[in-house]
Amino acid sequence: MTHVIEAEGLTKRFGTTQALAGVDIAAPAGRVLALLGPNGAGKTTAVRILATLLRPDGGRASIAGYDVVNQAVEVRQLIALTGQFASVDDELTGTENLIMIGRLLGLTRLTAKGRAREMIERFDLADAAGRAVKTYSGGMRRRLDLAASLLGQPEVLFLDEPTTGLDPRARNQVWDTVKSVVAGGSTVLLTTQYLDEADELADQIVVIDHGRVVADGTPAELKARTGGQTLVVRAADRSHTGHISAAVAEITGARPEVHDDTGLVLAAAGDMRHSPAMLSALVRRLDEAGIVAAELGLRLPSLDEVFLTLTGHSADDSDNDQTPGRAA
Amino acid sequence: MSTPVTDAIEIPVAAPPRPARQIRHRIGARQAAENALTLAWRSIMQLKHSPEKLLDVVLMPIVFLVLFLYVFGGVVSGSTHAYLEVLLPGLFAQMAIFASMGLGTALCEDIHKGVFDRFRSLPAARSAPLIGAVLGDTVRFCAVMAVLTGFGSALGFRFHTSPLQILGAYALAYAFYMGICWISVLVGLVAPRPETVQGISFIWTMPLVFGSSVLLANTSTMPGWLQAWVKVNPVTDLADSVRALTVGGPLGMHVWYTLAWAAGIVLVTFPLAMRMYARKL
Repeated sequence: MTHVIEAEGLTKRFGTTQALAGVDIAAPAGRVLALLGPNGAGKTTAVRILATLLRPDGGRASIAGYDVVNQAVEVRQLIALTGQFASVDDELTGTENLIMIGRLLGLTRLTAKGRAREMIERFDLADAAGRAVKTYSGGMRRRLDLAASLLGQPEVLFLDEPTTGLDPRARNQVWDTVKSVVAGGSTVLLTTQYLDEADELADQIVVIDHGRVVADGTPAELKARTGGQTLVVRAADRSHTGHISAAVAEITGARPEVHDDTGLVLAAAGDMRHSPAMLSALVRRLDEAGIVAAELGLRLPSLDEVFLTLTGHSADDSDNDQTPGRAA
Repeated sequence: MSTPVTDAIEIPVAAPPRPARQIRHRIGARQAAENALTLAWRSIMQLKHSPEKLLDVVLMPIVFLVLFLYVFGGVVSGSTHAYLEVLLPGLFAQMAIFASMGLGTALCEDIHKGVFDRFRSLPAARSAPLIGAVLGDTVRFCAVMAVLTGFGSALGFRFHTSPLQILGAYALAYAFYMGICWISVLVGLVAPRPETVQGISFIWTMPLVFGSSVLLANTSTMPGWLQAWVKVNPVTDLADSVRALTVGGPLGMHVWYTLAWAAGIVLVTFPLAMRMYARKL
């Protein structure tokens, strides 16, 4: 499989901060690759290098075979970037923004206007198209930003934390857009600190922390990597919780975690070789005792747990050891 | 034996064929010019949506005309009417410099927003955002000159020269403005924050504006060192040229000196500005 995005040993230092300490990335064509990591992990720095906005100190990177440093002119014809900070002009209207992008891409005035109109329709901005962008909501602004990025039908779309600060509805719209872009044959590289987002969208996840890749794989692989599954049971009748807890302890040989507020009983069930047997044993036991479970099953580890296992700290403790200004 | 009938329903192809892409390897001069014009259009649209940004260039000529005219008029020329013919052409030069200061602040603000990232990641000419901003600033020049001329006329100023000479005066001021704008661009790129631009701008504009023949056609009462400065100051050349072209008098070499200064400033500041801009990466 050919890789549209390739990076090898990227390093970048800002003053005394090592933002990237040798990062390798390889994204196959037509897929979504997520760079996952906490604030200050170096995600934005990596994207800015790949999008020709920043020169790496060391290593090399290419888009569709074109070097991001020496062939930036070529690379810029293939990519589009929607940054963490809306990269649209606040003081122009939505339509004017899109026409401006179209003209800068080299479209004729007429084509640029037509394309702007299409994008306004597609991103459901018709009502606001004639208004200055500074009057837009966060979700509308992000839609316009995506419209601006997709206007040139890029081969590679970079999205730097595309859903940060959006409400759930706006977030889902962004997710749908990402899916349709990939269905159209483009490649997407997105950064996120939201594990569910990577889980939902990505074919492949690169976990980075402190400027290094700490893990790499499909969402399922990453989850399997951390091994353990969890047995989860909740009694329909709360008064049976104690009984269930005892049964779970006996079957798994582990001390279960009991959530008093929800009645949820959780226990480590080991990996796939043992866990199914434990589950059926528990079902039989509850049957014999005549206890009805409202919830019963095996849970794969969440990406949060994966992250904790891989990095030794959880994804949302933003240790602010990073990075000057916008290069977070 | 019957062969199975092929399904008549067409299955949509997941990925439609993408249009073949012609990859260009460099950005030509023509495209660079088009890109700059597009971004000049952007500046003009911004002013259209926020006309209050022109407030400074609308008020400035009024305030300075009234102040200088009534404070100095009687002393310098014996009457305000006589002084107006000295002052107003001089203010062409002063207004050109003051109006150009806004560009630095605007650019400094702009660069710190995400939209410049967008420009940089597009296959557009690198120079376009800067050249576009300077060209777009033409609107401010036109506004300041229109108010200066209009309000001056209301106070009694009259041209004594041919329409061609008058046009020449505006054209010369515009050429000088396009040069001086690049100093503003440079300040906008150097300044750490938009608020600091104005402070830096005052430092370089004050000696240029007031150490010149803007307020006085006759500089013979000044001390020698100041006369020497006034003589080499391009603002003096512009003020004297505009005086000759609007109310008459000897033109001398001032027009050529003004043009040479404008060209010289661009030749020095444009490459510097491009380097600074590239280093903002």
